[in-house]
Amino acid sequence: MRKARFKRPDPPPQTGSRARERLLDKIRTALGGATVDELRSAVVKDRLRLHPANLVPARANLPGEQLIALFRQMLESQAATVIEVETPRDVPAAVADYLRRSNLPARVRMGQDALLRRMPWQQESAVECLDGAAEAGDAVGISHATAAAAETGTLFLASGKDNPVTLNFLPDTHIVVVEQSKIAGSYEAVWGRVRASVGNGPLPRTINLISGPSRTADIEQTIVMGAHGPRSLAVVIIRQK
Amino acid sequence: MEPSTRNFPGNAARALADHQLQRALAKVPVGFVQKRADARERLPEFEDLRNAGRDIKNHTLQHLDLYLTEYEKRATAAGAHVYWAETASDACSIILEICRQAGARVVTKGKSMISEEIGLNAHLAASGLDVVETDLGEYIIQLRGETPSHIIAPAVHLNKEQVEADFRRVHADLAEGRSLTEPSELVAEARQVLRQKFLTADVGITGANFLIAETGSSVIVTNEGNGDLTQSLAKVHVVIASIDKVVPTLEDASTLIRLLARSATGQEISTYTTFSTGARRPDDPDGPEAYHVVILDNGRSELLGSAFQEVLRCIRCGACMNHCPVYHAIGGHAYGWVYPGPIGSVLTPSLLGIRQSSHLPNASTLCGRCEAVCPVKIPLPKLMRQWREEAFESGNTTAGFRFGLAAWAWLARHPRLYRLASRLGVAMLKLVSGSTGRLRWLPFAGGWTRHRDLPAPHGRTFQALWAAGRNQDQDRQDKS
Repeated sequence: MRKARFKRPDPPPQTGSRARERLLDKIRTALGGATVDELRSAVVKDRLRLHPANLVPARANLPGEQLIALFRQMLESQAATVIEVETPRDVPAAVADYLRRSNLPARVRMGQDALLRRMPWQQESAVECLDGAAEAGDAVGISHATAAAAETGTLFLASGKDNPVTLNFLPDTHIVVVEQSKIAGSYEAVWGRVRASVGNGPLPRTINLISGPSRTADIEQTIVMGAHGPRSLAVVIIRQK
Repeated sequence: MEPSTRNFPGNAARALADHQLQRALAKVPVGFVQKRADARERLPEFEDLRNAGRDIKNHTLQHLDLYLTEYEKRATAAGAHVYWAETASDACSIILEICRQAGARVVTKGKSMISEEIGLNAHLAASGLDVVETDLGEYIIQLRGETPSHIIAPAVHLNKEQVEADFRRVHADLAEGRSLTEPSELVAEARQVLRQKFLTADVGITGANFLIAETGSSVIVTNEGNGDLTQSLAKVHVVIASIDKVVPTLEDASTLIRLLARSATGQEISTYTTFSTGARRPDDPDGPEAYHVVILDNGRSELLGSAFQEVLRCIRCGACMNHCPVYHAIGGHAYGWVYPGPIGSVLTPSLLGIRQSSHLPNASTLCGRCEAVCPVKIPLPKLMRQWREEAFESGNTTAGFRFGLAAWAWLARHPRLYRLASRLGVAMLKLVSGSTGRLRWLPFAGGWTRHRDLPAPHGRTFQALWAAGRNQDQDRQDKS
């Protein structure tokens, strides 16, 4: 819906390549007259190509069930609600139940995500599904995480028509569905999967790492939920392997 | 922002006498410090991660020209417009022009320290733009016409009663009888007011915690989600980032992310960490239609290869000020510019020059806590000492200070006179202190004795005691 409202702006005037060259020259001079020699270039190219991992905390390497338990515990300690279901078919009923318990309307907005769309929303629940990007006044948004990192209970959401980015921030309540198989230990493990999925192309416009509901402590360091984004975050883990 | 760094002594004295400020500051050492310590406790690898963080930044700075151009190449390929700004005014002009071309009226902003550094809000407002800070702390200080007093908690110097008064003054169209005594009520009101701004904004401006050379992405970290609403709802997203924000890869950013929130607020990770790459794609239903990144130098390149290069490792977590006894006492505004605390005492002279900021390197007891908690191990006390030396060498210290130091140096170079003078001095102080053994007043040291007594010497100088101790050691060795 937002798409039609705007036309692409003209590219703004360049400040010219002179500023760029002067700035880069200053840097090279400051680095002791560094030149773009082969050795320095090779070091940089290698690092970008091989992207070696630095230190990864041991907690990210916990086995199976312990890793899921860590993921759950981290999310809960950051004020998220965690719900476990067996199969994708079970998600609508679990969502309906959560909405009822939270005293929320049985109406959720979602994108084109295939997993979410295949779920039996009509048969298994009375949850009404709205389509597309979030709009002002939406109470609940539901997304499908592309992956998760257990080390800090962090969901990774990729923007696009399947899971519009505004769903993550505009509605008062955000529900995120993630399959157990998508839960990795570390950030690095998730980046590996992301790289595999985009190939040589760019990353999606945004990848949101989300680890709880919106919060602020800007007034007297008192933590208050729902600063600008969702007041509550519910994570549904699909346990089926 | 117009610096008042020259007035540091006066600023500090006023801060100490400000009861509202002192009440607010009392919460800093308990909150942030304990939470960071707990987070560190929970992660056994934390200290090793600090080494890794330092190494990543050092490596990047040594290859900064190359990583910046690699970043630019990949960002551009993903659809970003990248600009290079040498100065604050260049950056302001570029951003104003982007806003003009977008036909912007309302501009929302995520929290960005370099936008404070370059005075961006004032520049845009002067051209008639409605610029709205959306981070709650930044919003509050914008209403008050103040600057941030902390790099991650801009309104940490305020109490909730002050915020209530501001909201009642500015949100005049809301019901007069409403209750605004609890932080939750204040947050709810700000949410409601700012939501309208997000929905009507034409341009959203954010800073960047990192730029990633490997992917051409910019990264922001927030707890409120305000940065995300800023950059997802407006049709144009502008990022302003300084040259020291670039890191090589997603792995390197991940390591620094592990350090950032734990050092800042003691969280395992901030609630929202967002990687942005290019503008919205053709079939995306939301997100900005254009994405601009302004890369700013503003004096940083001159620190490369200098004695102060290490300050460019800073990831702006605020741990150094959270742990600084001077910051605890006077708060952030007394430092007189954008960056307070130990990092400010090093960075401000680096960016503004030592001439107008010669007080700042002295705003430290050199206790070393800042270095001990810095996630990228910047040797802040060493760098402050270095600035003290430079201030002295370049004649940027007061005449009294220079005279005192010169007199002491002359005396120290004449050992006999020195011994005589100190023997006399010590004897005199003992005499003056009488039976109490304490001095309630001392010439040239009124600043010290106004607040506490000085223990008086017991009658012998340090050198005399030292010599006596050596003789005793000698006796013992001779006997054994």
